[in-house]
Amino acid sequence: MTTPAVLTAHGVSFAYGGDLVIESVDLTVAAGEFVALVGPNGSGKSTLLRLLLGLLEPAAGTVEILGERPRALRDRWRVGYVPQRRILDLDVPATVTEIVASGRTARRGWWRVPSRADRDAVDHALEAVALADLHRRPVTELSGGQQQRVLIARALAAEPSVLVLDEPIAGVDVESQRLFRDSLVHLVEHHQTAVLLVSHELGAVASDLDRVIVLKRRVLFDGPPDALAATGVNLGVHADDLPRWLEELAP
Amino acid sequence: MSAAIVHACGALATLPLPWPFEREYMQLALAAGLVIGICAPLIGVFLVQQRLSLMGDGIGHLAFAGVAAGLLLEVWPIWTAMLVAVVGALAIEWLRSRGRTSSDLALALWFYGGIAAGVVLASRAGNGGLAIVPYLFGSILTIDASDVRVIAVLGVVIVAAVAVFGRALFAIVVDEESARVAGIPVGAGNALLAVLTAVTVVAAMRVVGVLLIAALMVLPVATGRVLSRSFRGTMVVSAAIGAFSVIAGLFAARQWALAPGGSIVLVAAFTFATVSLVGGRRRGGLKAVMPGTGRAEPPDHDDHGHHHG
Repeated sequence: MTTPAVLTAHGVSFAYGGDLVIESVDLTVAAGEFVALVGPNGSGKSTLLRLLLGLLEPAAGTVEILGERPRALRDRWRVGYVPQRRILDLDVPATVTEIVASGRTARRGWWRVPSRADRDAVDHALEAVALADLHRRPVTELSGGQQQRVLIARALAAEPSVLVLDEPIAGVDVESQRLFRDSLVHLVEHHQTAVLLVSHELGAVASDLDRVIVLKRRVLFDGPPDALAATGVNLGVHADDLPRWLEELAP
Repeated sequence: MSAAIVHACGALATLPLPWPFEREYMQLALAAGLVIGICAPLIGVFLVQQRLSLMGDGIGHLAFAGVAAGLLLEVWPIWTAMLVAVVGALAIEWLRSRGRTSSDLALALWFYGGIAAGVVLASRAGNGGLAIVPYLFGSILTIDASDVRVIAVLGVVIVAAVAVFGRALFAIVVDEESARVAGIPVGAGNALLAVLTAVTVVAAMRVVGVLLIAALMVLPVATGRVLSRSFRGTMVVSAAIGAFSVIAGLFAARQWALAPGGSIVLVAAFTFATVSLVGGRRRGGLKAVMPGTGRAEPPDHDDHGHHHG
């Protein structure tokens, strides 16, 4: 029996103006899979991610989330999203708990009062990213790495079926990267959550990945890390080395 | 319910309150002022986080045109102001969400269009046009029981809406893109916030006037964010400061025969300045009242050579 696909792109293309940035991309992410999407600057990673999330409409091809077209998907909360962001931009103070609990709003029903189960899910998400001790702190008083973990916890609070992360460990300290890695592995192994990670830096999770997809406008490689390593790439290399190698990747 | 409120207003007018609230007109002013002082920051806290601090000002100018239209048509100006303010607020939100124009430009468009339309319509209303002055600068001391009843009903609507939809609005103003991905109806939420802003503006017209409405939405929030560590705490503290500003402003107006609307706003401004000087080292105090030019940073596009740290 095959594992159901949670994210699918069939022949997806997209252009900004006349500039084609995504060309005939096919990819599938299955339940319980841990997949990394990598590529050099300008390769179209973030655009593909926005297409997969339904934030952009493809010029050609189709995208499906949990078997539905993005606009038709009713339980949108099943898609967890961690946007790329170094710091949270808050003009009004908000605590760690308030931000994480906001990730539960859509699942609960945005007009409903939080139940005990909702509060437990928030507590669990905070523990998963090792922020339970800081739950009353204003988010803006946290370090960049801690703030990134707040955003991950916010996505986890909804207990999503698929988690999509855009450059989540850019500029994050080593300890935060380790905690981040532990959180994702826990999700994949214990909750069968599919994880799609868009990143330049794979060092922290390289050994845990099921597949790596290399993108440079088109999909240049899609397979297990071992197969990519066999071509001479070491995904555990220093963060700065991987993009350089990808820049040289044909064509 | 309306009858109960009228009864409550009547009962309030006989309360044995100390000076300066011993007179009936001062008690009516206090009741209306407290509703606005508490409700305006409850909406303002979302506007400040959304960087639309001047939204109330723009809608206030539109409401001014609505009042003038009401005077010209000889219908109760509150309702024409409400109609124009709500339609205008939705139009501003539509323009902003479509990315047709930047937030401050969209507001400026309505700012000047509204005030110009108000002046033209008021001039056509003949001597009746003079009746527009209380809406421009506020006339809280001439408020009667029926005004208090309308303001109280609008206040209940605002508090109920924030209680029911506040969590969703919080998710939207903190991170609109993530809220959209999660399935929160972002467009409807932003439209609701625009309508609530319009309702607050109309409710506050007689209290501080259309020219000073935005101040009561923003200044208490600017103070509250310095004193609080959470969003909920900022809401509570801001509402308390709004209420304090009304009480102290009315006190000053009675004591020194000052314009009450301006006095209330000056108390709010003075409180903010004091708190910023004393406790502002934690956060940039003035940032909250600076006009915003947009919301949230643009989505990352590594596709355009953006450097990743």
